[in-house]
Amino acid sequence: MNWIAVNSIYKFEMARFFRTITQSFVSPVLSTSLYFVVFGAAIGSRIQEVEGISYGAFIVPGLIMLSVITQSISNASFGIYFPKFIGTVFELLSAPINFIEIVLGYVGAAATKALFIGVIILMTAFFFVDITIAHPFWMVVFLVLTCISFSLFGFIIGIWAGNFEQLQLVPLLIITPLVFLGGSFYSISMLPPVWQVISHFNPVVYLISGFRWSFFGAADVPIVTSLLAIAGFTALCLAVIWWIFRTGWRIRQ
Amino acid sequence: MPDIVEINDLRKAYADGFEALKGVTLKIKQGEILALLGPNGAGKTTLISTVCGITTATGGTVKVGGHDTITDYRAARGMIGLVPQEINLEPFEKVISTVRFSRGLFGKPKDDAALEKILRQLSLWDKRDSQIRALSGGMKRRVLIAKALAHEPRVLFLDEPTAGVDVELRRDMWEIVAGLKADGVTIILTTHYIEEAEAIADRIGVIAHGELLLVEDKNKLMARMGKKQLQVHLTKPIDAVPASLVSDALTLSEDGSTLIYTYDTRAERTGITKLLSDVAAAGLVLTDLETSQSSLEEIFVDLLKEDAA
Ligand SMILES: Nc1ncnc2c1ncn2[C@@H]1O[C@H](COP(=O)(O)OP(=O)(O)OP(=O)(O)O)[C@@H](O)[C@H]1O
Ligand SMILES: [Mg+2]
Repeated sequence: MNWIAVNSIYKFEMARFFRTITQSFVSPVLSTSLYFVVFGAAIGSRIQEVEGISYGAFIVPGLIMLSVITQSISNASFGIYFPKFIGTVFELLSAPINFIEIVLGYVGAAATKALFIGVIILMTAFFFVDITIAHPFWMVVFLVLTCISFSLFGFIIGIWAGNFEQLQLVPLLIITPLVFLGGSFYSISMLPPVWQVISHFNPVVYLISGFRWSFFGAADVPIVTSLLAIAGFTALCLAVIWWIFRTGWRIRQ
Repeated sequence: MPDIVEINDLRKAYADGFEALKGVTLKIKQGEILALLGPNGAGKTTLISTVCGITTATGGTVKVGGHDTITDYRAARGMIGLVPQEINLEPFEKVISTVRFSRGLFGKPKDDAALEKILRQLSLWDKRDSQIRALSGGMKRRVLIAKALAHEPRVLFLDEPTAGVDVELRRDMWEIVAGLKADGVTIILTTHYIEEAEAIADRIGVIAHGELLLVEDKNKLMARMGKKQLQVHLTKPIDAVPASLVSDALTLSEDGSTLIYTYDTRAERTGITKLLSDVAAAGLVLTDLETSQSSLEEIFVDLLKEDAA
């Protein structure tokens, strides 16, 4: 393993993040606060409780997941797309490194950034609602796994994308609907039966459910299923990335 | 000197089926400067990219320092530095951080003294904290060189290092290349400036249509292929070449004071002795003799014409 290279990529990517630290910091804090005002205070005052939890607190895990998933994807996809776009990718291709090292560097940095944002949102949430975390260990596990798996997914999108529009396309057309329909702001059990069944085909449901369980001890789906779902998704992304580098698809002519 | 780069029957067909390299075999000696000449689209960049791992070959093998670039890519690539033809740099990065990044990518531990030496050599030290977008084109090219040198490569590929660079900087570049050669670095450069190849290369390779037309020692090449001209200066101008001397090889200068004889150094007999005795027999008196050799440029143009024919 060329750990120095992994570390170099990681640091280089993190430096980009810290250069724009204010934007990186302000925008999630602002949007989370808005969500709390709109959903928590305005709508929440009419909903009162979901599964015995105040609505304001109930949406916290979903809000964190929403941001962490979109951040992971956009960080990782941009991270690898940008060198392709400006041509500096030649350096990665001609360096004595393998795909595992490239992925560790880029995905590691993207996941770290997303994790950072997730933590900020959680801290912001403490200002608005009372929450206690029932299973802190599992909360961290879910959070970290989500950051990693969706950064891997973003990495794939970044390699696939041929232009900036395509870079936005998948997050916009697939991920945002899946996350919104994945129970970020409601419990699946609140849906009509047909939609409950359909929801079980949405992988994000398992994530949010598991993550919410780590906060409140209640879940829409069994916790093991959630863990298996996220492990399966991670494995799938890893397999695709392995194939990409084996064949040089979209990176090596 | 042993061969540090061994390219064997290298082939590259791009996804669209275009064959950019049609079986190139080339051995590069340790410590030499090899200039690759060839018209646009000849396959120079493709050759370099394939050796460096940016494109995958569709046939043949490449070894660098005895290491196969596919099966033993870490060792092979670790020896190579590459300055690409296009200026590909992150505009918002600082010079020093992008150079540090390059060194790290090659797995070399941080060594700011080594980087300082490189940046000073390239007159970039004062600019180390500037963002790349604030540099001139020539400086950007030097940043690319600094990045390529950051991991102290043994073999350096320079793809048109002096394209769009002013005369002074071109001379600087030649000095840098000479300095690297003195440090034992093997250099392969492509160029469209033939005087550049003439000035710094030890050997010259000519590529066209994905094929290596020749590789040869520069001086030998010029001697072998060079046409020489002998100028015979006369005491008194004449109106026409005397009938006894008329031949395709002989022309008269406009003012009638010089006979110009073109001969091929490759030919077994140059015909100079006969010419001189014929000149004397024709009753012409000479004041001086002068020879001049055709430049590499003329050789190159001739070669490509031959190839096209
Ligand atoms: N990615 C690609 N896909 C298809 N064809 C390509 C690709 N890259 C290069 N080619 C073709 O391969 C041939 C060789 O290109 P290459 O860039 O190696 O030429 P070159 O000798 O470096 O030319 P120049 O002096 O203009 O830099 C050209 O005909 C070019 O059009
Ligand atoms: Mg080229």
